[in-house]
Amino acid sequence: MNKAARIAVVLLLPGWVLAAGVSLAQGTGGAAPSAAIDQAIQSSWSEAPATWRPRMMQDETQRQCSQSRNAPPAAEATAISTREAAAIQYPADGRFIGDWRKGEALAQNGYGGRFTDKDASRPNGGNCYACHQIDAKEISFGTLGPPLTGYGKTRKFAAADAKRVYEKIYNPQAAQACSSMPRFGASRFLTIEQIKDLVALLMDPESPVNK
Amino acid sequence: MLVGIVLNLCGPVHAQQKAPSASPGDTDKALEKYRDMLNADPFTNPALLWVDRGETLWKSPRGPNNVSLEGCDLGKGAGITRGAYAELPRYFADADRVMDLESRLLRCLEKVQGFDPKAVLRNKFSPQGAAGEQMSDLEALTAYVATQSNGAKLAPQLAHPREQQAYQLGEALFFRRMGPWDFACATCHGEPGKRIRLQELPYFGDRKQAQSVMGSWPAYRVSQESLRTMQHRLYDCFWQMRLPAVDYGSEVTVALTMYLAKQGEGATLQVPTVKR
Repeated sequence: MNKAARIAVVLLLPGWVLAAGVSLAQGTGGAAPSAAIDQAIQSSWSEAPATWRPRMMQDETQRQCSQSRNAPPAAEATAISTREAAAIQYPADGRFIGDWRKGEALAQNGYGGRFTDKDASRPNGGNCYACHQIDAKEISFGTLGPPLTGYGKTRKFAAADAKRVYEKIYNPQAAQACSSMPRFGASRFLTIEQIKDLVALLMDPESPVNK
Repeated sequence: MLVGIVLNLCGPVHAQQKAPSASPGDTDKALEKYRDMLNADPFTNPALLWVDRGETLWKSPRGPNNVSLEGCDLGKGAGITRGAYAELPRYFADADRVMDLESRLLRCLEKVQGFDPKAVLRNKFSPQGAAGEQMSDLEALTAYVATQSNGAKLAPQLAHPREQQAYQLGEALFFRRMGPWDFACATCHGEPGKRIRLQELPYFGDRKQAQSVMGSWPAYRVSQESLRTMQHRLYDCFWQMRLPAVDYGSEVTVALTMYLAKQGEGATLQVPTVKR
């Protein structure tokens, strides 16, 4: 390649290619066969209790999202979001907004689901601040998800948005196939009542989120 | 309590209606500065207590066979510690598997000194605030041997087909979504500029970030009150991902270490450091 062409190539390369230097998948030219992966998993969690072993097995959605690196082709994305939408259970009373004070406590609480969380009487938390900014007064917030401060106010507290928030927390993959956010309701990690309290945190005009 | 002290250094914090004057970035930076201060003066790093103990454990005759670990081959010949950590993980013919430093040390404790591996693993992670004999032998030895590669560049071995398989397995596992929260390693470590609460997350698709991580383990982890190694870091990740306890030195942990080491290839090792 002559000098002019080389200069042209460098100028046309996107910045992130020049900056990053290595992709996440630079590889050795091959992919691990799924039988090898399954075998490695079996032997590496040899002491896992029988009730915990299914956690390492993938459902179809997890498998598809892993394979496509969370960028499924359009037809597959539709199949995933349709499947996940069907898994949503709605509140029996048809109401989506619970108690925002309980919601804030749930958002702060990261308890539950770990192999050290052995107190069956203690409810799971949503751990929402791990990934999101919510109440502006809380400075210890993560950035894996978008900021949610002022969420209800921005949407003029529309009832349709309360329903959308409920659906989003219950099963984020209904609206966005391969979302990074856990399927809190579909996995039964959070109860319907807990999800309503989180909806209130975002959608109640009295919530500090909307002040 | 520490966060309270740090926030006071940053300025007054109002607990009532107004947002605190310290921004998240300020607090994060102050915590990082605290850790950097510990890193800068080597004699303040508590990890050196594990390094010292590890040196004693390596050189002293111990176990049923009453010999030192100078008969242990870490990949560069029996007894050679200098530069060994930098070339791990690698395939070992005698064990017929790819091993990282921790799994190799576990094997040497058994095969060279005659220790029962189950007994060794009962104290695989030092109890918080451990001193002297309470320290995990595995963590102390890993700390010592790792320092013998300080200044060397990380160069995991990938010539052998089993080494390449370990890399491919590690890559697949890095992207594998599983568990009740659908998390993969990539969920938190697959994008730049993200953090959990106030803890910044390294992005393993960036060579410099991967090198910074892989050149800085083992480390004293303040929140653990102990020296910790990559084996514990992965075990801790799986714990947070709501998965069961992964086996120490398992194929999954070694494969992930191989993948991460390749991403961070060329890092200049300088350990132990101080981490959250």
